[in-house]
Amino acid sequence: MCDLICHIPPAVQDLLLSILKGFAVILVIFPIAGASSMAERKVSAWIQGRYGPNRAIVPWFAYVPFVGRFLQRLGVFNLMADGGKLLFKEDPLPGHVKKFYFMLAPLVGLVPAFTTVTVVPFGAYLDRAGQVVPLMLANVDVGILAIFAVASLGIYSMILAGWASNSKYPFLGSVRASAQLVSYELSLTLSVLPVFLWVNAPGTDATLSLARVVEFQSQPGLMGGMWFIFLMPVSALIFLVALFAETNRLPFDMIESEADLVGGFHTEYGSFKWSLFFVAEYSHMVVGSAVFVLLFFGGWNPLPWLPLATLTGWLHLQDWPVVVGALSVVIFLVKVLAMIFFFMWVRWTVPRFRYDQVMKIGWQKLLPLAIGNLLFYLLVIGAIHAF
Amino acid sequence: MTQPAQTDLITVTIDGREIAVPKGTNMIEAARLLGIDIPHYCYHPKLSVAGNCRMCLVEMGMLAFDPATKQPVMDPASGKQKVNWMPKPVIACFTNAAPGLHIRTNTPLVRECREGVMEFLLINHPLDCPICDQAGECKLQEQATAYGRGYSRFIEQKNVKPKRTLLGPRVMLDDERCVLCSRCIRFSKEVAKDDVLGFVDRGSYSTLTCYPGRRLENNYSLNTVDICPVGALTSVDFRFKMRVWFLKQTPSIDTESSVGVNTTVWSREGVIYRITPRRNDAVNDTWMPDSGRELYKQVRAENRLTAALAAGQSATLDAALAAAAELLKSAASAVAVVGSGRSSVDEQFLTRKLAAALKAPAWIVGRAGEGDGILLSTDRNPNTRGALVTGLIKALPGPQLGELAAAIDAGKVTTVLAVNEDLAAAGLTAAQLAKVRVIYLGTHANATSAAAQVVLPALTVFEKSGAFINQQFRLQKFVTAVPGPAGVSDDLATLARLLVAVGGPKLGETATTLWPALAAEIPALASVSFAGIPDEGLPLDSKPWAGLRFGEGASLHFQPAAAT
Amino acid sequence: MAVITLHRKPLTFAERTYLPQVAAGLWTTFKHLLRPKETLEYPEQRPAIPPGYRGVPALVKDPHGREKCVSCQLCEFVCPPKAIRITPGAVPADQPERTHVEKAPQEFEIDMLRCIYCGLCQEVCPEEAIFLQNQYSMTGYSRAEMVNNKEKLYALGGTRPDAHYKWDKKKAAESAGGAHH
Repeated sequence: MCDLICHIPPAVQDLLLSILKGFAVILVIFPIAGASSMAERKVSAWIQGRYGPNRAIVPWFAYVPFVGRFLQRLGVFNLMADGGKLLFKEDPLPGHVKKFYFMLAPLVGLVPAFTTVTVVPFGAYLDRAGQVVPLMLANVDVGILAIFAVASLGIYSMILAGWASNSKYPFLGSVRASAQLVSYELSLTLSVLPVFLWVNAPGTDATLSLARVVEFQSQPGLMGGMWFIFLMPVSALIFLVALFAETNRLPFDMIESEADLVGGFHTEYGSFKWSLFFVAEYSHMVVGSAVFVLLFFGGWNPLPWLPLATLTGWLHLQDWPVVVGALSVVIFLVKVLAMIFFFMWVRWTVPRFRYDQVMKIGWQKLLPLAIGNLLFYLLVIGAIHAF
Repeated sequence: MTQPAQTDLITVTIDGREIAVPKGTNMIEAARLLGIDIPHYCYHPKLSVAGNCRMCLVEMGMLAFDPATKQPVMDPASGKQKVNWMPKPVIACFTNAAPGLHIRTNTPLVRECREGVMEFLLINHPLDCPICDQAGECKLQEQATAYGRGYSRFIEQKNVKPKRTLLGPRVMLDDERCVLCSRCIRFSKEVAKDDVLGFVDRGSYSTLTCYPGRRLENNYSLNTVDICPVGALTSVDFRFKMRVWFLKQTPSIDTESSVGVNTTVWSREGVIYRITPRRNDAVNDTWMPDSGRELYKQVRAENRLTAALAAGQSATLDAALAAAAELLKSAASAVAVVGSGRSSVDEQFLTRKLAAALKAPAWIVGRAGEGDGILLSTDRNPNTRGALVTGLIKALPGPQLGELAAAIDAGKVTTVLAVNEDLAAAGLTAAQLAKVRVIYLGTHANATSAAAQVVLPALTVFEKSGAFINQQFRLQKFVTAVPGPAGVSDDLATLARLLVAVGGPKLGETATTLWPALAAEIPALASVSFAGIPDEGLPLDSKPWAGLRFGEGASLHFQPAAAT
Repeated sequence: MAVITLHRKPLTFAERTYLPQVAAGLWTTFKHLLRPKETLEYPEQRPAIPPGYRGVPALVKDPHGREKCVSCQLCEFVCPPKAIRITPGAVPADQPERTHVEKAPQEFEIDMLRCIYCGLCQEVCPEEAIFLQNQYSMTGYSRAEMVNNKEKLYALGGTRPDAHYKWDKKKAAESAGGAHH
């Protein structure tokens, strides 16, 4: 392995690595967003005692003995069929919409969904010095802040879609969207503050980088290897609830709520433009899950109190940085997929809240709890460092 | 049968309710006035009373008088005069109103009587309702449901009688279904004056038959089917055609003759299945001739005209109308109009307007047939008097268009507008027809339509609304029973548009919109609107035409004016 | 009637956080996730048809292969969606042994696009001639194909045991006791 890359100049090496990482993101995270829609159908079916999509198959694939049948039953080809359908079916543009903004809205939705991915670390490898180097496209110091800032822009796509649709239900949906996102943004941000307060102990270099949070959870010792889910369960709960609200997932999908708003902001949309909203929603879910895993579930560390470095040591993989990198990505992805499954699981467990309940939970329950939680950890951290 | 004068009213008490009825009214009719149904089979309001079905048994009582003092006996409990109830029931159909008469129609005794009668009637009834045409309008079904006991105690073999017997060319008899009410026998004797039916054998073997060597083939035979309360007599024409409960009933008028028999047209989804008489005590009672029941067949006849023709080519109605108007206008004053005694009053009015606009003379074709003294008169036009009332003609029409023929021969007429009349049948020769240009508005193809330059399709009486004036100067309306063939516009619309096209005034294109014009222009119809014509007709003042010598003889409710 | 006021039990703190309930719900749905599936994979797996099932209506013949329908049109009358259309007529002349039945359908059409499988036709039939079959799948490429005519209805219905032989009894009575006295 080293023969292949070691004699390449370091600058080129960095560039190549960046490209590789970029492709990894495109090839892994984006298909996950697409496959999530399939998984959604499948998980929904299983929970409801159904089989779910299990019929579509590419003609020649039917002859592959076991695998073809397995993939068919898994509904993998339905995903392709769905995608093909969404691509090629007629794309109607209703007469009453504001055409330019109507077409702009799905694109506006996609941009933040995909941009946030760049600052999410999705794995790590040990360099020659034994240092853990996170895999991410842009290791910016503002990390979590960048994600919150960019992800919040997604709301503009819904507002734009609802307004441009120029009809009743989309408009109501987008109004709800803006109100709901504002309400939960606060709790979301406040809930992660204790984590960064903890990470940025007085006297160290201050950072908001997510990689740093994972690093913090990779330290040896009882406190060092402890994931933040154990250290700050209330923060994790608030973050999780707010995440459901931010990604518009049940029980917080007030924006689409078929029962009372037909389809919410995308009522007037169809075919490919509609599917872009869908992809954006799943991308949000993926990024949200990734952030949650990074903050509270130890990122790419396989188990609590078992950092990636230790596992590497056990397996004698110090000389195989690429393998370690792949291992870390797999561990991280498993956690993210488990989170996505959790999203779907909750969807069929908790029924949709009423709109007033959503507002009440957001402002009267979650926000005070988040503030209290923040104050509590302020005092705890202050006390630890004072004594 | 005939209603007595209204002055002689007698108060009777039925089920505790008092009603004043004319003397001689029987209790079935009196109860009907109170909305009380007394079931019956053999009784028919227009026939003599036979009293043989026993279904109308009721309890009867008279006010009590002391035999010695002739003073009313009072009931101390109620303070009213006591009623002496008879121990046995009486038949309501043969019980006529009398002072102090009391009737009870819903006591246990009466109910038990009815149940008993129903049980006896049903003992030998074949119960073949699934294949019986009467099902749905069968008194046996209705009264078994309303007054029967609901189950059968009869376990013995049912009687077997002849089935599927043809009594005549139009009437089928099923003796097993017969309840021996004798309505058909009385009708044949009393109304049709053709006494061919009778019962033979006794008891449960009693059977309805024709007299040996005779058949029920008079022109009123199908009325026996109408009045048969069960499915014993059925119409051969209507046999197994359609269930009556599917049929829509539309009031219409028989166009056979100037009697103007009121009819009901029974249709389903645009198809007419049968025509039956509609009761009108001033015209036809509840009867009609058999010949009139077949008229619906003309609706779907082979030679029906369904598209406009101009110069031998099929054309749109607009094109045909334009061509007709062109022909009429170019002929200057050499136009003649032939109206019809079979057109409605409204159409005759428009025809007259057309003739006036074209400054053309107008005729109608007289039709004479043999009158049977019942419901067929000698004048076989249903609306000759309509042509007089609307002013289309001034004198009675002759059967031949002699004047027109002469005018054609003399070259004075070059264009003829024929409304619903076959000119060839009315005496014009083929040579004469060839000499003129003919515009024909009619329902069926004939020699005139073949010779016509422009043919405008028309509707039959079942497909349009309008009114006829019968021999009694009674204005009677008929309404649309079934839609006309696709593409055929209403005659009124066609005529009104033609009138506008030749430069005449713009008039209404439907009966409702046209009638204000009729009412305004025709003194006899002043203050009449189409919707306002009652179902039983509206008698008009016939004095202005008293001088004309109409040919009709006496018929059921018509006496010709004394010859002057 | 006495009014009993039921007071709702006040919620405990745990219940008010809603979290134990959500957890219990998650457990329930997770159990469902692992359960055997309820769905029948239709074209391959067919449901067991229970007795009294109301499937495609069809005309039946008696065990001697004779038409039972007498076109009384009661089913046409009772049919709520007006799916049945009958052209009644007399028994054809080529069936002399059935002339005593007099009436038979010339045409009998059931529009399966209209039929709602209510079974009223079967219930109302006085001749036990129309039955709702076990068949539940009716497909076609055109509207015309979805109209079952008389021929198709008899093919669907086949024969069925007859407990009465009503018309045979009538004929026997007619020939045995026909002449009176």
